[in-house]
Amino acid sequence: MTIAILDYQAGNPVSVQRALAHLGHESVVTDDPDQVISADRVVFPGVGAAESCVATLRQHGLDQALRSVIAADRPLLCICVGMQLLFDWSEEDGGTACLGLLPGWVLRFRPSAQAIKVPHMGWNAVEHRGDPLFAGVPDRAAFYFVHSYHCAPGDTVAGIAFADHGGRFCAGVRRGALAAVQFHPEKSGEHGLRLLDNFVRG
Amino acid sequence: MLMKRVIVCLDVRNGQVTKGVKFQGNVDLGDPVDYARRYYQQGADELVFYDITASAEGRTLFVEVVRRVAAAIFIPFAVGGGIRSVDHMRAVLTAGAEKVSLNSPAVREPDLLTAGARAFGCQCVVLGLDAKRVPASAAIPSGYEVVIEGGRTPTGKDAVAWAKEAEARGAGEICLNAIDTDGVRQGYELTITRMIADAVRIPVIASGGGGKPEHLTAAVTTGGADAALVASMVHYGDYTVAAIKAEMAAAGVPVRL
Repeated sequence: MTIAILDYQAGNPVSVQRALAHLGHESVVTDDPDQVISADRVVFPGVGAAESCVATLRQHGLDQALRSVIAADRPLLCICVGMQLLFDWSEEDGGTACLGLLPGWVLRFRPSAQAIKVPHMGWNAVEHRGDPLFAGVPDRAAFYFVHSYHCAPGDTVAGIAFADHGGRFCAGVRRGALAAVQFHPEKSGEHGLRLLDNFVRG
Repeated sequence: MLMKRVIVCLDVRNGQVTKGVKFQGNVDLGDPVDYARRYYQQGADELVFYDITASAEGRTLFVEVVRRVAAAIFIPFAVGGGIRSVDHMRAVLTAGAEKVSLNSPAVREPDLLTAGARAFGCQCVVLGLDAKRVPASAAIPSGYEVVIEGGRTPTGKDAVAWAKEAEARGAGEICLNAIDTDGVRQGYELTITRMIADAVRIPVIASGGGGKPEHLTAAVTTGGADAALVASMVHYGDYTVAAIKAEMAAAGVPVRL
């Protein structure tokens, strides 16, 4: 099996690779669209600002590669900014058009509404709906988050995970073989490793 | 709701974990990777490695330590000590660290915080702030002065004002180390912790003085901190991270168990 991890100069794709290696799964970190399209499993990680991420993805033709992976319904796991970029539009950087692969928006946490800190950084309980990605993970297990924006998916997108930070927000979605999570499974200890293993084996 | 974090701090010298008291005298404890793995398994929420090596060879060794640690544990960890440039930040982040902690260099060159935040995002940039109690004055109204070089050099800066400035410049988190209580295990300096936690909107880590689980509980309740840092209380085997967190949970603190 081949696993491709997208490299588009946004954060550290090697963190995901190390976690997969620890689980015994070999993977390649790549910015080559062909390698992404031909992989059996694709991971779309990301840390960074939406606008520059979208620009770099387009520059490498990785946006089209992701479209092909989704069209073929091949397993794709999107993490953090990787999840946010799937949607239509983000409030980040004064408004950024994202990839439009799923309907919905990406909104900033509003610290004025409640005494919450932004970025939302640290461990938070994740309520999940028994999606196969979470097999063996207890409901309300803690995962590691680092983000200032959160996804507000359209009605047709199934939420599979939720967390609370000054209000409930969507921390995971699924459509077919595409799954996306807002937290970082590669930094979430044993539960995170379990999720990554479920993705590879699923 | 976000959980309160227990962060284990490891000082590294020449590639070995070391522990000193009040910055005087150090004893080598062992391989950082062994320590990292142990605390990971005990349920530490995060680790921080401070490079206290003086030599250039030691620094190269430290990046290698970061790389080895990143392959062994799957929780975030920060690194600090002697990081003076964006290139240096990039080297340790690429090696697998999640965050960099800037202390004395941020005081000397505050633009470093801004440059780091711009290059890597504010979530990667931690301000390490060493504070020392002084008589309150017009220049230092909080009564806590920023000190650098391990507490040896006063800066004339007010700790609360510097925390706010660092936040405005792009720091994503503040690790507040109280020099007066550091290494003596009698509890954190709750007054300055609270002042800074109330003054900024970014997370604050209480550091310096943790000796018992109730000290951590006080830091994240009375002190208003988001996390508490421990070192000697776990390095010498007095407590495991799991035992500390169990006591915090019993006291009603939301922690990851």
